[in-house]
Amino acid sequence: MMVAKSENAVATSSAHTSGASAPGDRSGHELHAKELKQQQRREQWSLLSLALPGALIVFFVIVIPVSWLFFLSFLGSDGEPTLQHYRKMIEYKSYARTFSTTFQVSLFTTLICIAIGYPLAYFLAQLPARWAGIFMLAVLLPFWTSLLVRTYAWLVLLQRKGILNDFAMQIGLWDSPVKLVHNMTGTLIGMAHIMLPFLVLPLYSAMRKIERDLMHAASNLGASPARAFWHIYMPLSISGMVAGSLIVFILCLGFYVTPAVLGGGKVIMVSTQITAILENQFNWGAASALGVVLLIATLLLLFVAARVFKFDAALFGKG
Amino acid sequence: MDTSVSAYNENTHVESDQALPITISGLTKRYGSLYALNSVDLEIRSGEFLTLLGPSGSGKTTLLMAIAGFNRPDSGSIRFGDSEMILMPPHQRNVGMVFQSYALFPHMSVAQNIAFPLKLRGVKAAERLSRVNEALETVQLSGLGDRTIDQLSGGQRQRVALARAFVFRPRILLMDEPLSALDKKLRERMQIELKQLHRQLGVTTVYVTHDQREALTMSDRIAVINDGLLMQVDTPEIIYNQPVNAFVADFIGESAMLPLTHTTNGILEFGGQEIVQTPVSGTDRTWSMVIRPERLEIADKQAVPNESLIVFDGVVRESVFQGESAFVLLELSDGTELSLRAGGGTDSRAQRLQPGEQIKISMQRHDVIVIPAGQE
Ligand SMILES: Nc1ncnc2c1ncn2[C@@H]1O[C@H](COP(=O)(O)OP(=O)(O)OP(=O)(O)O)[C@@H](O)[C@H]1O
Ligand SMILES: [Mg+2]
Repeated sequence: MMVAKSENAVATSSAHTSGASAPGDRSGHELHAKELKQQQRREQWSLLSLALPGALIVFFVIVIPVSWLFFLSFLGSDGEPTLQHYRKMIEYKSYARTFSTTFQVSLFTTLICIAIGYPLAYFLAQLPARWAGIFMLAVLLPFWTSLLVRTYAWLVLLQRKGILNDFAMQIGLWDSPVKLVHNMTGTLIGMAHIMLPFLVLPLYSAMRKIERDLMHAASNLGASPARAFWHIYMPLSISGMVAGSLIVFILCLGFYVTPAVLGGGKVIMVSTQITAILENQFNWGAASALGVVLLIATLLLLFVAARVFKFDAALFGKG
Repeated sequence: MDTSVSAYNENTHVESDQALPITISGLTKRYGSLYALNSVDLEIRSGEFLTLLGPSGSGKTTLLMAIAGFNRPDSGSIRFGDSEMILMPPHQRNVGMVFQSYALFPHMSVAQNIAFPLKLRGVKAAERLSRVNEALETVQLSGLGDRTIDQLSGGQRQRVALARAFVFRPRILLMDEPLSALDKKLRERMQIELKQLHRQLGVTTVYVTHDQREALTMSDRIAVINDGLLMQVDTPEIIYNQPVNAFVADFIGESAMLPLTHTTNGILEFGGQEIVQTPVSGTDRTWSMVIRPERLEIADKQAVPNESLIVFDGVVRESVFQGESAFVLLELSDGTELSLRAGGGTDSRAQRLQPGEQIKISMQRHDVIVIPAGQE
């Protein structure tokens, strides 16, 4: 009904214009058509010029170095083109293990972040805006201290004679020190702590946008709190969760410091291995090949996940 | 869609046992020291269309939310029929509600929105489909079930919200300013449609508005509320013609208030002219007279008061032609401002008035409304 109305309005107004200039001729000399088109084009160009600095940076800092790495990965130590780096990756089991560790650490960190971050974001979203700001500050505070400092702080907390073990033994949670660090556990604890804000921020902003009336409406229509959450709140906050999880997961894939310090040499991520190759063998080709494979694997995963979970919107900004 | 007004689907059954009366007593809700509801007693009859009318911040939404169960009053009782509801969680109250913001679920289609309450009640898919279609037909949105919410106009959203509120056949329907987001023309049409829908569904309806015209056209009864206090609950005619206090008189319709003085022989007068007998209860308080612009007439120059007519002298301040009527702003000899509305055809004198002109105006003695002076 409204559609019909607006079409009508368009029809009459265009009839009006053409009537004023050249009756019956709709294609030809519309008033100012050329100037209006030019104006539109000018605006588009000025918009584009705003994007120029960013585009240049992306080109010089990302496109060129990545292409260069890509190129290097196909060069042998003698400077001849070769596939040996990629062949090695298939031949040696250690590479496969590194990749599997990397994806595992990233996946578990993301899951832990969701488990902690979702209730936290929900809590923040229910608070009055002023209080939410204060609590949000607390969530963001760790961002302002150095990553390295925070990682070593965890080492102090978690080590054999650390504060946590002492405390747990004192209250009788366990009798002998538990190995909390220099392994996967420590790595995950540290990573989850560092990544949490990246999940909470987009999730919180998605939850803030959910109108309170919607939850009222759900319960008014007969939904118990659990069902209202499941049918309304969950689906409406999922875009924020997907966006946050993607950020966390992708950041984890390239993480270096925390697994290196808290993993105690047992958690070998791709980044760790790249450093090792560069430090020990100074082999740019092999290191580049690892980087290229990680990049491609990540893109592939994103592509598949976008298809499966239909979160193109979260990725490409439709929602 | 020009048949809109009368085209409601008549197949839907009116189940008379569906409607329930609502009995509210002593309902109080405080925010800090502010009384949003101050010991409200209100009886809403089964099947009636009751409008809560009051200025912004008067407690209308608070009362509606209390009936729906979204806020927790400090004390009082809300009964649907014979069952006490005050402690019942909202999802078990089984009342339909149309929110001011419509509160349609953005991630569901129109049909899914309407089907939601049915799904929650375990209605089988086939019946769900037919009831959703029936509801869509009732609000004249047949064929739009697959649209998403953002593909709808304001008026269409309003209808979806309405369909969703009655599709599960609630015994009580609540509406919080459902038309305030619509433009004037659509709003007036929807008023008639809502009224017809109410007649067709026969469900007890509580409607909130701060638009007095809307309240007057739609309601069986109006409850006027101010600062959390119920002022008057009655039919539109009585609310308009016999307001109980200055607030109601002032809030409903246009009116001027003339202060009356007591004479020694138990009569109230204005400007030396006897108006009415002092009400029995009120010899020791002050009274005012409410004057509606459309009850005043321009009188002949030689008109004098008699037992059926009251006559004032006034000076014209402004005379405005308004199409179907003329609006005249006057000043009485004591400085009180009065306005007068005269139908264009019947009283062409009103249109020729010049500012500064001395005229006489009259009104019927039986149109006099006397209320206690001051706001209570
Ligand atoms: N959550 C709240 N906290 C504090 N005060 C509130 C709250 N909700 C409402 N109030 C106050 O209670 C009073 C009544 O509010 P209510 O929303 O019922 O008004 P209303 O009649 O619906 O007004 P409107 O026509 O503007 O919607 C107002 O003074 C309002 O400021
Ligand atoms: Mg309100």
